[in-house]
Amino acid sequence: MDALLHQVLAGLATGGIYASVALALVMIYQATHLVNFAQGEMAMFSTYIAWSLINAGMPYWAAFFLTVAFSFVLGVLIERVVIRPVENSPVLAVVVVFIALLVILNSVTGWIYTYTIKTFPSPFPEQPLFGNPYMSSHEIGAIFVTLVVLMLLYAFFRFTPLGLAMRAAAQNPESSRLVGIRVGWMLALGWGLAAAVGSVAGMMVAPIVFLDPNMMGGVLLYAFAAALVGGIDNPAGAVFGGFLVGVLENVLGAFVIGNELKLAVALVLIIGVLIVKPSGFFGKVHVSRV
Amino acid sequence: MALLDASNLHAAYGQTRVLHGISFSMEEGTITTLLGANGAGKTTTLRALCGMVRTEGAISFGGQRIDGRATEDIVRLGIAHVPDGRGTFVNLSTEENLRLGAYTRKDRAGVEADLERMYAYFPRLRERRAQQAGTLSGGEQQMLAVSRALMLRPKLMLLDEPSFGLAPLIVKELFGILRTVNEKERVSMLVVEQNAAMALDLADHAYLIETGRVVLSGTAADIKKNDAVRRSYLGY
Repeated sequence: MDALLHQVLAGLATGGIYASVALALVMIYQATHLVNFAQGEMAMFSTYIAWSLINAGMPYWAAFFLTVAFSFVLGVLIERVVIRPVENSPVLAVVVVFIALLVILNSVTGWIYTYTIKTFPSPFPEQPLFGNPYMSSHEIGAIFVTLVVLMLLYAFFRFTPLGLAMRAAAQNPESSRLVGIRVGWMLALGWGLAAAVGSVAGMMVAPIVFLDPNMMGGVLLYAFAAALVGGIDNPAGAVFGGFLVGVLENVLGAFVIGNELKLAVALVLIIGVLIVKPSGFFGKVHVSRV
Repeated sequence: MALLDASNLHAAYGQTRVLHGISFSMEEGTITTLLGANGAGKTTTLRALCGMVRTEGAISFGGQRIDGRATEDIVRLGIAHVPDGRGTFVNLSTEENLRLGAYTRKDRAGVEADLERMYAYFPRLRERRAQQAGTLSGGEQQMLAVSRALMLRPKLMLLDEPSFGLAPLIVKELFGILRTVNEKERVSMLVVEQNAAMALDLADHAYLIETGRVVLSGTAADIKKNDAVRRSYLGY
């Protein structure tokens, strides 16, 4: 029983990270109806920036916030420079651009930082909090940071005029223009926010999986599964899916299929959801007249 | 000086030319209507005015050229468009729809006051303020579209078929409120309508459009008396 509890709690910690990346995917999906395959590599690149800053002697939290700000700008730039020109192209063209971004970011990082695995510090103490035997401080801290990010995002989209404008631009660009919203910039802002959220996830997962250019590959796959389970167009569903996938992955990995097949859980979930309930648990069912 | 002046507008969707040199103008504080059958180019004319379709020709608003400008910038000059199909943000609440109408405004207190004003014009919207706008009835969505446009505090309002798909009683209510807004707040209006009788009752001036050209213009009273218009558009 103790072991199960331990696995569930550890699953919640990684689940929070999947939830963040899933949310970043959903944010861009809602605006563009495309899944950004480069989301994970963008987060990975941001994490390397944080690593450089910390290694240059910057205090952890200063580096953390500077990295989030940098990632936001990077996201906006990527949208403006790379995505904008292909905005009205066929889906496949955009997907190829996403994959190109993935490969470019991956190899540029490898070129700058080498593919040697690096350790990444955690801002949280090494001793377990309150002497609890179940979760490390980093796991508790990661969950806490994730929840803060999710709440900030929720408040931003729900209660600020800019958040409202971004939601409007995502669902009805034409009407948005008619009330004066600069739709193109809203898309860029969305990319910036998604990149910022992703960078937090990267910095929280790096102490667990260690820093290397391929570290987000697995995370991105779990995040896909999470977003699909929750419904790719539902932010709250993606967060729920993230935690669910995290727990499932850990519990199944520890007790049922073994650690080697963990990643298969994500793939099975993706295929299972697509076959049984393509809209996910909370997604909208799309009906079209034929 | 005319508030709005369009001269020699040409527009096309791909190879299909829709406007063949439309010219018209309207004075500040007036209601002007564009009449015409399906496919005459009425909707396209409105879309041309706010930069939603690529157009040749000159458009000036308040003495300023606005042709070729982005829709978002034209809105900021005070032109609100109630589009064809109402343009509802279906997943947002009624109140969020209204707040979006005031997106470009900075005077918070004024926006709150205007929100109350819209609820006073259309009490049904107050009842539905927290409801998802996509679940509103057609009439309610049209009221919402008009209110959303008014939240901009526009100088000029472009209305595309405000009566479309509405029950006669609701049309009457809506047009009554449009008249009140025009008289009390001096909002100029350009109304595109198929319901020619209603539109001519509301408007001061009218233009008749056929296949992308203006074929007749004059005061609403004169147009109403015109025999051809009476037979073709008023049906008596």
